[in-house]
Amino acid sequence: MTALTASLEGIGLLGPGLADWPTAARVLSGTQPWVHAPTVLPAPQALPAAERRRTGAVVKLALAAGLEAVAHAGADAATLAAVFSSSGGDGQNCDEICRTLASSERQLSPTRFHNSVHNAAAGYWGIATGATAACNALCAYDASFGAGLLEALTQVVTERSPVLLVAYDARYPEPLYGARPIPDGFGIALVLAPAPGARPLARLDVRLSEAPADTLTDAALEKLRGAIPAARSLPLLAQLARRAPGRVMIDYLDPWRIAVEVDACP
Amino acid sequence: MTPLALASYTATSALGRGLEPTLAALQAQRSGLAPCAFETVRLAMCVGEVPGVDAAPLPAALAAFECRNNRLALLALGQDGFAAAVARSAARHGAARIGVFVGTSTSGILETEQAFRRLDPVSGALPPDFRYRGAHNTFSLGAFVQRALGLRGPAVVISSACSSSAKVFASAQRAIAAGLIEAAVVGGVDSLCLTTLYGFHSLQLVSTGPCRPFDVARDGISIGEAAAFALLERPAAAAGEDSVLLLGTGESSDAYHMSSPPPDGRGAAAAMRQALAAAGLGAADIDYINLHGTATPSNDAAEAIAVGAVLGAAVPASSTKGATGHALGAAGALEAVICALALRHGFMPGGVNTAAVDAALPVSYLLGNRDARLRRVMSNSFGFGGSNCSLVLARAGAHA
Repeated sequence: MTALTASLEGIGLLGPGLADWPTAARVLSGTQPWVHAPTVLPAPQALPAAERRRTGAVVKLALAAGLEAVAHAGADAATLAAVFSSSGGDGQNCDEICRTLASSERQLSPTRFHNSVHNAAAGYWGIATGATAACNALCAYDASFGAGLLEALTQVVTERSPVLLVAYDARYPEPLYGARPIPDGFGIALVLAPAPGARPLARLDVRLSEAPADTLTDAALEKLRGAIPAARSLPLLAQLARRAPGRVMIDYLDPWRIAVEVDACP
Repeated sequence: MTPLALASYTATSALGRGLEPTLAALQAQRSGLAPCAFETVRLAMCVGEVPGVDAAPLPAALAAFECRNNRLALLALGQDGFAAAVARSAARHGAARIGVFVGTSTSGILETEQAFRRLDPVSGALPPDFRYRGAHNTFSLGAFVQRALGLRGPAVVISSACSSSAKVFASAQRAIAAGLIEAAVVGGVDSLCLTTLYGFHSLQLVSTGPCRPFDVARDGISIGEAAAFALLERPAAAAGEDSVLLLGTGESSDAYHMSSPPPDGRGAAAAMRQALAAAGLGAADIDYINLHGTATPSNDAAEAIAVGAVLGAAVPASSTKGATGHALGAAGALEAVICALALRHGFMPGGVNTAAVDAALPVSYLLGNRDARLRRVMSNSFGFGGSNCSLVLARAGAHA
């Protein structure tokens, strides 16, 4: 296949001990040690108060990462197409619904029900930013970041317009945590465009590959990469943090990995 | 966009297993809706249940995916020579060059709901037979379809509520156009579960009787279940004139509310306009609209305004949800297949259950079937979160 090519225009990041992309860039380039701390979820100020009260961790994660990337890119959120990808959606909400349905009452809250859709973050993103363009909501289990990246790039390549990609995962409460032990919230957002804007960060050439995925030299960060599907993006982020050209291999769906050729802009 | 062929397609719903009973039911204007007797649900509503799903366990090789949703998927994959058509495509292009793009809203959540009744009384843990990856997770359907068909290309589940399996057509066509894959299995599967039955009930969006789309007295949806699939590939030179093409897709977001559309239907209108533009067509080129038509008062009103604004009030239109129920994440693919049947067999399916069309809605709503050599049709799918998708399908002979 020919490579799918896009210009990377902005990055947003939120994870354990990683408050934003500038912090993560210092950690991933080795200029600052990673200090583990629980992911801090900012209140989604962009939402009207009534909607803000109704949102759970995944929506807060996705909005925070998305808004950081859009601001970094100097883009207008209201005109961007978007791709949201998550391996599990809102686990807390799912737990509450399943407990209610297992009880003798079965009285679901209407808000809980409409928040249960996998595209809840995408829906709240539109309400928060006024974005009316195409918006997708994907899942590919552990490959959800890679699937989101491919969807975003095929949109950039075929529609010739910029796309915001947001991949995010949050912790399930018990008992689902026992079956799917994602330790904490992690959100990554990239603004990708068909041609470089005023301040491009890098050119990305993406192909499928069967070579093994890159790992991280820092053992604690490598553990994070393996534990949270959205954190499978870390080798790409580390390459971008080093501001150097190079090729990284991102986990995707067996037998495939995604090879990303990073041509960093000075 | 460059047109793609629906080289093979199939649907299983409350109307029957596969195309033949589906066509027969549509031609007889028969509804598959019946009072709900599903699982332990005791709610005054009608549902479109597929009979016999529980009696068809998955083969041992696929046991890791065991759940009602994947059983329904396998039932559908076994109809109309669909799996064989995919195998031929895989032999031609390579199994690694065929993508899987499928939609679902609730995947195997039914089995999780049931497992929560059996939590360990001491530890609170889920029972040992609980399957997260193969059943609960939203991607379960994608992994299952890929495994069942022996494919090894890119795969993804789109889960944007009731637009899910319309949007798969858009994503798949982009992946083919970008050269990521040569062909794609697209489709949608959603099965009855307590979350949606009690959830829509809590929103007071469910009718107690069979749903009546666009009726002046419409009072809510009837939930159905379905599995529908299509094989999308570049049209073969030798394709007959009755073969069906995907000409255009349009997607938009309402940016308005999580569970209701803006009353002026602007998001729906944007998706419809985009689909027309992608197909290179004008309003006069559409012969029939398969409406989203859920039968809630506000959804149908907003869609009617959008249809009136984009296509005008004269294009014959109907919702087939009175026959199938609202198949949620499977509705887009199910109704695309119904459109393919309408194109191929030369008829417009009239809306079932609707008695008196709401005169306030600017739509030419069909109550009875009408024979017509259709050229091009539009199918609308709109979902929670303000996610809209419209598809334009055509008969190859009319498009050439």
